[in-house]
Amino acid sequence: MTTALISLAAATVRFGAVQALREFDLELRRGDRLALIGANGCGKTTLLRLLHGLLAPGSGERRLHDVQGRRPVQAMLFQRPFLLHLSVNLNLRLALWLAGVPRGEHAARIADALHRVGLEAMGDRNARALSGGQQQRLALARAWMLRPDILFLDEPTASLDPGSKREVEALIDEFARTGMTIVMSTHNLGQVKRLASRVAYLEAGRLVVDWPVDRFFNDTLPPEAALFLKGELPWH
Amino acid sequence: MSAFTDSITLAAQLIAQGDAVLMRIVGLSLRVSFSACLVGAIAGLWLGAWLAVARFPGHRLLVWGVNTLLALPSVVVGLLVYLLLSRSGPLGAWGILFTPTAMVVAQSILVVPLIAALTRRVVLDGLREGGDQLRSMGAGELTAAGLVLLHERFAVLTVLLTAFCRAIAEVGAVMVVGGNIDGMTRVMTTAIALETSKGDLPLALALGIVLLGVVGIINGAIGLLPAREGLESERLI
Repeated sequence: MTTALISLAAATVRFGAVQALREFDLELRRGDRLALIGANGCGKTTLLRLLHGLLAPGSGERRLHDVQGRRPVQAMLFQRPFLLHLSVNLNLRLALWLAGVPRGEHAARIADALHRVGLEAMGDRNARALSGGQQQRLALARAWMLRPDILFLDEPTASLDPGSKREVEALIDEFARTGMTIVMSTHNLGQVKRLASRVAYLEAGRLVVDWPVDRFFNDTLPPEAALFLKGELPWH
Repeated sequence: MSAFTDSITLAAQLIAQGDAVLMRIVGLSLRVSFSACLVGAIAGLWLGAWLAVARFPGHRLLVWGVNTLLALPSVVVGLLVYLLLSRSGPLGAWGILFTPTAMVVAQSILVVPLIAALTRRVVLDGLREGGDQLRSMGAGELTAAGLVLLHERFAVLTVLLTAFCRAIAEVGAVMVVGGNIDGMTRVMTTAIALETSKGDLPLALALGIVLLGVVGIINGAIGLLPAREGLESERLI
């Protein structure tokens, strides 16, 4: 049986009068490639933040399960990566310092990560001076370098050109093949087909379906999810 | 010749001749205000960062208080420090009244609220952009605030420059706690006030021009820093 990493039970998140997530039940299992889809404002980013632990549920429960006797390592990649006004190397070094990685391992991990994303020649460049695609690859390198068990991705290719999109997708696929659990929000259904093994469709903070990717695209969906796939979701 | 032309000519002459008295006054002004900014930066940056991330009962009241202190009149600060340091005051035993140290204390008190209030704003804006990412990487609230200050170091430099300008341009506090003693505690602003009261307006104005020139040079030097780091868009001036 596949190990559960995070489980939500009747988790609810409110922002003032707005209920962002309602009675949400979800289990994230080791090796999952879970894609979260739905219209803008349906709660995808809130769900990612809740799963990652950046938000606490107002009611209900979020449980983080141990992996081989330790807490699972998590990393998150945001739609617009936040990189400090420092060199690429220093950005990576700071991430390792924050994660408590021993100093002696820093140089090797940084070199390895930059090589992995094809930025080995950029170590001394200011991270903010890189192109959008390079910044996203650097953010991926920063996340990957921490050797996370779970990688959360919030619309990781939303603001990238097609070339950069392909490069970032290839990296995510590569990371997932190493056994890393991936949770990704996206509007790109092609990307869902290419990268995901499981799809969760959200509407107004509610989980409508949570199915394996093949079933999601081939089986009969609940009406609201079917409308979304056809691009005919009405405004609420 | 008009008073303005006289003043500009006199200012140029004083600088060109390297007037010893002027140099001593400029040197003391810079020393006092730099020291005050250093002390103010240590306290103000920490206070501002903490106010940006801390949440406790009375937090809003404290933020309101710090923001209100932005309008603190320098002469009131001078008076408070005078009462503290005067022979009969609680810190009278230190014996530092009418010394440059007392002037540093007064100017530090003057700049701390300014640095804290502006730093809080810089940190809040920075955390809005990258707070989630920093917390996601394991940074605690104060660490995240510290990293934002590192990230926004040119904005922080602008804050410190503003504080320096506030300190070097004030006259009330240094006059009260320094006493404008010739060769001891006379700085540019107290010298300007003295020459104005003596009726030597061209000299007073000339000293004002020198003061502006000194601040302008410092401002320009700091403004070039981002360009040296290859961040043209971050130019301060």
